Amino acid sequence: MTADSAVVTKALAAACSVLRDGSAGDAVGGVVPSFVASPGDTSEAAALLRAAAEHDLAVLPRGSGSRLGWGIPPERCDLVVDMLRMDAVLEHAAGDLVARVQAGARVVTILGVLAAAGQEIALDVPGTATIGGVVASGLCGPRRLRYGSPRDLLIGITIVRADGTVAKSGGKVVKNVAGYDLGKLFAGSAGTLGLITEATFRLHPLPAARAFVSTTLPVGGPAADVATTVAAAANSPLVASAVELSRHAPGGPVSIGVLLEGSADGVAARAERMAGLLGESAEVGDQAPSWWPVALEADDGVLIRVSFWLSALGEVLDAIDAAARNAGIAPMVYGSAGAGVLYVSCREEPATAGFVSALRAALSSPRGGVAVLAAPASVRSALADDGGMAGSVPALSLMRAVKDQFDPGHRMAPGRFPEGI
Amino acid sequence: MPDAKATALTGRMTGICGAPNVITDPLELRTYECDGLTSHRATPALVVLPGTAEEVAAIVTACAENGVPFVARGSGTGLSGGAVPHEEGVLIAMSRMRKIIEVDPVARRAVVEPGVTNLAVTEAARPFGMFYAPDPSSQVICSVGGNVAENSGGAHCLKHGFTVNHVMGLEIVTPAGELTWLGDGTGVISGYDLLGAFTGSEGTLGIVTKIVVKLTPAPEAVHLVLAAYDSLAAGGRAVSDIIGAGIVPAAIEMMDALSIEAAEAAVHCGYPEGASAVLLVELDGPAAEVEAELATVRTLCKAAGATEIRAADDPAQRAGIWAGRKSAFAAVGRLSPAYIVQDGVVPRTALGDVLARISALSEESGIRVANVFHAGDGNLHPLVLYNDASLAETEAAEELSGAILDTCIAYGGSITGEHGVGLDKSRYMPKMFTAEDLETMQLVRCAFDPAGLCNPGKVFPTPRLCGEVPGKRRAPHPAVAAGQAEIF
Repeated sequence: MTADSAVVTKALAAACSVLRDGSAGDAVGGVVPSFVASPGDTSEAAALLRAAAEHDLAVLPRGSGSRLGWGIPPERCDLVVDMLRMDAVLEHAAGDLVARVQAGARVVTILGVLAAAGQEIALDVPGTATIGGVVASGLCGPRRLRYGSPRDLLIGITIVRADGTVAKSGGKVVKNVAGYDLGKLFAGSAGTLGLITEATFRLHPLPAARAFVSTTLPVGGPAADVATTVAAAANSPLVASAVELSRHAPGGPVSIGVLLEGSADGVAARAERMAGLLGESAEVGDQAPSWWPVALEADDGVLIRVSFWLSALGEVLDAIDAAARNAGIAPMVYGSAGAGVLYVSCREEPATAGFVSALRAALSSPRGGVAVLAAPASVRSALADDGGMAGSVPALSLMRAVKDQFDPGHRMAPGRFPEGI
Repeated sequence: MPDAKATALTGRMTGICGAPNVITDPLELRTYECDGLTSHRATPALVVLPGTAEEVAAIVTACAENGVPFVARGSGTGLSGGAVPHEEGVLIAMSRMRKIIEVDPVARRAVVEPGVTNLAVTEAARPFGMFYAPDPSSQVICSVGGNVAENSGGAHCLKHGFTVNHVMGLEIVTPAGELTWLGDGTGVISGYDLLGAFTGSEGTLGIVTKIVVKLTPAPEAVHLVLAAYDSLAAGGRAVSDIIGAGIVPAAIEMMDALSIEAAEAAVHCGYPEGASAVLLVELDGPAAEVEAELATVRTLCKAAGATEIRAADDPAQRAGIWAGRKSAFAAVGRLSPAYIVQDGVVPRTALGDVLARISALSEESGIRVANVFHAGDGNLHPLVLYNDASLAETEAAEELSGAILDTCIAYGGSITGEHGVGLDKSRYMPKMFTAEDLETMQLVRCAFDPAGLCNPGKVFPTPRLCGEVPGKRRAPHPAVAAGQAEIF
């Protein structure tokens, strides 16, 4: 250990009681951090970031770590801030439908506490994920159609800035317009603006009953039929919580499924009518169909997100097929079609980057985008000159200015964000 | 005296908008001196009425180049002084930009200009069986651009959410005069959620020139239940029981005796005579769900001690009952020469305690308070009644008003649920937030508007100086050096 690193170690240890050296298991995209620190509360996290600032350390916040392999690896990473010790549900005001939690609490733990009062945070995300990670990565599940993304359920946030300053916005009341909403800014910011230490959510009552209505459209049918069916389900006053689509390979059969939530009698009546909208072969069940996505994973190595206005769904499916045909690949397509989001899952192969570029060219409308959420280095570097991972992002200069204000030293997860933020 | 720097822009503004759309006449300028909150007034140096986004960009560019402050104004219905002009600045009135550009019923989106009224969006969506969910009480006249600035709520935001949950994309003019989009209308955010951060920033981060809103399928069934109680506490019990039963009504509103009496006198809404509290519960959704919820709500209202229960199922009956609630502010105004509307929020379960505290404060000071509130989300609208001809009474009313906000903060609430901070409540911000909180929020301001020209003096009591950011720069990343990536 050099004299310098001894000084840094001492400073970090003074700030945070749980500190260890980084190891290969902590590496993100091949970058092994020098230190891993686990703060126990917001003030310890603040002391830690102050020490990191004094010693010019690059900092990477980490929840369960499940999405750290996504996106772009950090340019450098001296200190991983492991949030798993901050795992408390600090407050559950059941009568107010509000809960305040520490960022390192796992979703399954939080949902367990809330379920005891018949409530939930209406996000269907993996139970092992930490809530801070969910917020920072903007992770959504099928029910985004009805409840939105984490930013829509977040009503208050506590953050630690790169220089160690603790700040909060919002509060613990659902209706509140006092001051700027930092929660919106930090939701989806991937650790590049600061460290989220606490979050407060609005809750929903757990539905008494749910039903899945699903159908499979035949092989080779026109994409327009798929689009019409999805739109009929998503735009119905029967109030779908989710309208999902799944297709294993281009040209194959397309599964469409609708989730309905509510009272037992209400759901039964709605499901019957929803089945009418989906066509003769529609089935109703109380369990999710086998193809229903459990969690978004980059199983095949490359995961692409295509977002669009629902009126363009047919065009999007056609564009995916054409690009796949030209590239000679057969990607799986699935996702929250009714909410205007599809995921394309492909393997790492030489044609993958070309497929992404072709898709971007075909879907060049400003009303949507093609973003690569996860990809190995070969695909990332092939895309470097061609929109990168994020594709076109509007208002980049404003985002650059926001980053400069919050993290002038560019030490928070440097390079993780679109276009190297 | 109008400021010379702003008036010197008259010629340039005329070139941008045309002479009829540039106002310099002192009498006409005065018509813009306040918004819906008349206690704050300032006459602008110049008023311009742009007709296009490009004109707005040109106006803002002119202001930015000359260091002239500017304030955007929608319909001027705001209740926090957010659109009060700057005396040395340009007021940009958005009322000419009121085209509904597009309705896409399949995507459930509408694209509108900022001067379009809130209700006009719902009217444009109605032929497609849809509506625009956020519905502030002023929806007949308030503009969507103003709603974006304030992140407006309304009675139905309990279930359907706020403006920020329904705005999917914004074309804005930045304080530097550049046109750019935040969000692309999909609801999927690429990069930072500047769309979410901008919405509710009260006109301090730029000017909205186009808005993509989400439309919602119109509910199949709507039922409104009116229940009368002999105390606010009994009505409050019904609210708790309804929420406790796992029902999320579209709206839960409550009015106290004084506001019931005022509404009755003003619009003859036929509320039960002598009631100490009237509770309105609206349910909407698929018919099969709403029928079951309606039965539960009626049972719970009765069990909480309702002296009378009425149900309104057809639109005309509902409109009659809502008329009483929606007219409450104006109606109470008739009871008193002047009044202050507060907008504090408390956790819903603290409503009873806070109302008792307000009642005690009212008795101590001898100042009457009428209570109208969104009971479902704890958003109070106490109306503090006073005679503005008496200086002593005016001061007492302001003191009482401040004490109500202190109470809201003490119970873990907020100083504003939907009206915004604006000019009026910025002095209360340090009671709710630390200096660090406020300084951190203003980092966003510094990123968007380092010169501090865009609606200055609003929201924050003390502006932050946005100096050169001291940054530690390292050697450039190889990809940057190679011109392959941009670092920011």
